[in-house]
Amino acid sequence: MLKLDNICLQVSGDNGEYVEILKGLNIEIEKGKVYAITGPNGGGKTSIAKVIMGIYKHSQGHIYMEGEDISELSVTERARRGIGYAFQQPPRFKGLTIKDVMGIASPQADLIKIRTYLRDVGLCPEDYLDRDLGTGLSGGEIKRIEMAQLLLRAPKISIFDEPEAGVDLWTIQKLLRLIVSRYKNNPNKTALIITHNEKIIPVCDQILVVDGGVITVQGTPKEIWHLIKDDIECKVRDQCQGDVFYEIR
Amino acid sequence: MKLDKLDLSLLNTVADLQGIPTGAYNIRLNGAAVMRQSSPNITVGPRPDGTGLLVEIKPGTVGETVHVPVMLTQPGFQDKVYNTFVVGEGADATIIAGCGIHNESHAISRHDGIHEIIVKAGAKLRYLEKHYGEGSENGKRILNPTTVITIEAGASAELEMVQIKGVDDTIRSTVAHIHEKGSLKIVERLLTQEEQKAESDVQIHLEGNGSAAQVLSRAVAQGSSFQLFRAALIGKAVCLGHVECDAILMDKARIRSIPELQAENAEAVLTHEAAIGKIAGEQLVKLMSLGLTEKEAVDTILEGFLR
Repeated sequence: MLKLDNICLQVSGDNGEYVEILKGLNIEIEKGKVYAITGPNGGGKTSIAKVIMGIYKHSQGHIYMEGEDISELSVTERARRGIGYAFQQPPRFKGLTIKDVMGIASPQADLIKIRTYLRDVGLCPEDYLDRDLGTGLSGGEIKRIEMAQLLLRAPKISIFDEPEAGVDLWTIQKLLRLIVSRYKNNPNKTALIITHNEKIIPVCDQILVVDGGVITVQGTPKEIWHLIKDDIECKVRDQCQGDVFYEIR
Repeated sequence: MKLDKLDLSLLNTVADLQGIPTGAYNIRLNGAAVMRQSSPNITVGPRPDGTGLLVEIKPGTVGETVHVPVMLTQPGFQDKVYNTFVVGEGADATIIAGCGIHNESHAISRHDGIHEIIVKAGAKLRYLEKHYGEGSENGKRILNPTTVITIEAGASAELEMVQIKGVDDTIRSTVAHIHEKGSLKIVERLLTQEEQKAESDVQIHLEGNGSAAQVLSRAVAQGSSFQLFRAALIGKAVCLGHVECDAILMDKARIRSIPELQAENAEAVLTHEAAIGKIAGEQLVKLMSLGLTEKEAVDTILEGFLR
């Protein structure tokens, strides 16, 4: 379905020198599975997502989607081929309403469908459809709208970048159920979830642990948990109103 | 008189009219009133000095609209008009103005529209004004609107002033006097392109206790165009005032924004905020990740911003 072959990504650092963020990364994503991409902050998780979407241009390697080399395709072309990305920190748009942006995400969707997807992420359509995406919405609301867009768009590959960030516990559970119901055992859809959340990780089919720009561990939740326990120093901490996160060092 | 296809097209662009409106209206074409009609509650007639219109909305009139669009289609035509609008006590009405210039010549076409608006005690007014220019030759299209509005005790008004595109030069002047418990909201949206220049000068005098004013300016400057936005809030009583200027700058355009707050009463609360910048890269990328091309993304962002 999607293959990242020896991907390197360099960015310009503060002192003007290039810093290597991804170092010969190899990933194979199979159709119909839900993947969790996890690992420490600064390990390269979001960079992987942005390289797949074409937002970052990798310096070496190739990206294949359904056998086609998409390395040189623009963000637009990749979106039209079936890659979608829910941003970790979605931008705001002055003057564009939620209805406008949902309509751009899925031009064929009618208002009934848009309302359904807003309701699915816990937003009352009557209160939100005509709201401006520029001001007056909290970070959590913007995040849920971002999720609703990607779920509505339903591309072949959906990348959710930290869906839990800025979202309350109750909504995380709801979003999680939603992602599981839409993607788990769906032979036509694939989801990549960048997450630190221990409630999300166990429900995924495969876990990729990214650290230092490479995949350090890969396997099923059961396998990864065993490895985390045995091989990785793991710190459990309470965060975000009692939700339990783990941090790999 | 019958309006031709060009007139009707301009009418639609500046006043959202598909043809001749119902109710009260005055259609001004190349310096003359070509169609005029009053309604039982709205009188549209000439000013005593013959320089323009006197529009009187009867006290208590609710939910009625008067259209007063202006069109210039004669090449190189220069027009000046003084209109007075009186919104009677307790009325709730809408005035739709607007001016469209079609200039297919090398000469200057220009319209100066001076509007004096009096919103009587307890009345409510919505005023819409769209400006638009078109033409393939290099004859300039100039629009200079002046609006002087008085808002009496307990009255309120919302002015929406839009420059759609195609206006080469504009000097806009808006002066408001707001009395006790009166309120005013001004929304101004301007697009300039190529070598166009736009200057907007807003002065609001908050004269009565409990008066309030809000000025929201959204500007997009493209090409080598230049915009100057000045907004002064003068708080002379216990009042609230806020000015907000947001601008998107593109290409080699320039924008200057000068908010001014002048408080003459210790209980006056006046604030301003201004932001000028290019379209954020993350906004473009976000829309492109939904399948839009870069140009479509830019157009979508600008359309929303100026809506």
